[in-house]
Amino acid sequence: MSSGGVIEHFSYIVTVFLMVAGLFIVIARGNLIKKLIGLSIFQTSVYLLYIAPGKLLGGTAPILAPQYSIYSNPLPHVLILTAIVVGVATLALGLALAVRIREAYGTIEEDEIVARDNAIEDAEGAGS
Amino acid sequence: MGRPGGGIIETIIINVLLVFMVLLVLALIRTRNLFAVIVLSGLYSFLMATVLVALDAVDVAMTEAAVGAGVSTVLLLGALNLCKSEEAKTAKRPWLPLALSATTGVLLIYGAMGLPDFADPQAPIHQHVAPRYLQNEVDIPNVVTAVLASFRGYDTLGETTVVFTAGAGIIALLRRRKRDTDAK
Amino acid sequence: MQNDLVLRVVGKLLIPFILLFALYVLFHGDFGPGGGFQAGVIFATGIVFHALIFGLDNTRQAVPDRLVESMLAGGVLIYAGVGVAGLLLGGNYLDYFVLDKNPVIGQHRGIFWVEVGVATTVSSVMLKIFYMFASRGQREGKEE
Repeated sequence: MSSGGVIEHFSYIVTVFLMVAGLFIVIARGNLIKKLIGLSIFQTSVYLLYIAPGKLLGGTAPILAPQYSIYSNPLPHVLILTAIVVGVATLALGLALAVRIREAYGTIEEDEIVARDNAIEDAEGAGS
Repeated sequence: MGRPGGGIIETIIINVLLVFMVLLVLALIRTRNLFAVIVLSGLYSFLMATVLVALDAVDVAMTEAAVGAGVSTVLLLGALNLCKSEEAKTAKRPWLPLALSATTGVLLIYGAMGLPDFADPQAPIHQHVAPRYLQNEVDIPNVVTAVLASFRGYDTLGETTVVFTAGAGIIALLRRRKRDTDAK
Repeated sequence: MQNDLVLRVVGKLLIPFILLFALYVLFHGDFGPGGGFQAGVIFATGIVFHALIFGLDNTRQAVPDRLVESMLAGGVLIYAGVGVAGLLLGGNYLDYFVLDKNPVIGQHRGIFWVEVGVATTVSSVMLKIFYMFASRGQREGKEE
């Protein structure tokens, strides 16, 4: 049933854009908090990927009432509902790791952390 | 399908909201100040919640507004306060990540073109288990709650366990032992 | 922020209604949008609001850490306990039809307790995470 038009697939194109933007933030930015926000944007794009195909034009939210007969698909809603809460719990776990890294290294910039690691390794190599 | 033309207006509203999201993400990528980035990501979550309402996912929209814009903004600000990192540094040459992301994006869009059209009632997603869920076998009007707690009870038990595990992990990471504070 | 009169008054007025709204979302989840996940998060935000306005120490006295930690595990246990109740009454694990003579009422009962379990765990996890981040900042501030 695919006609392959851009308008019919606009929601997918936006989903892919958000996903790729999240990926870009994760790999191109060195700051750990910015990386985690990129990760959460990536995750939000997955919500759209699941929910948008379940929509029916002229339909209503899947709360049954006698005056309506067309409902959007409830299954993606269930899957994403739990994913959001798990997402914030894992985001908090990532932030906790970032806080611990800040305490151990004094920075949350990736290149500075790597530089410090290398400096420590060099010092150990010279000492032994 | 109610009024004629209602579907077109619905599509336009959804697509305009999606364009807003694209613009917001572009701004978010370019912003360096972390405080501004966190505020923008809260804004992004509210916009996402609006899109979800337009897509009839009211339960999900409620969760996204409370979680994405509420709790995660508070947590991000708390972490920013602890990290005392004001500004993300300028990346030197983001050409390789940009090329990688663009290639992935083009491939994914090429694949997405083969998916069913937006809101196509004949799409496989509407033919499989959804009609049975909508028959209201357990006599609960909100189908999402019925599926969440009853039909897919095992899923939700697993998700609750994941949330519990994440909480336990954070307690393990951020707990201060009394010994440590005494030593200082 | 703790000395701002407007915030304190508005907070005192709003917090009971936020908590009440969370309970409404939990109990009305069968008929309208809502359920355990949303209710848990809204309940936690109400208490986080209290902590932001009246200070973390006051909130920790009102909602002690020990209570939050037992709720953390208690929610999962309530959920798993509903499954065990189904087993004891002669059904399968997480089978709600056996929870009452009338299978439909049994479903309602099962779904209600499952949602209560989810809300308990989610609210306490969110609250505990906030406590951990906020108290760490407080102590660092004192050390400097």
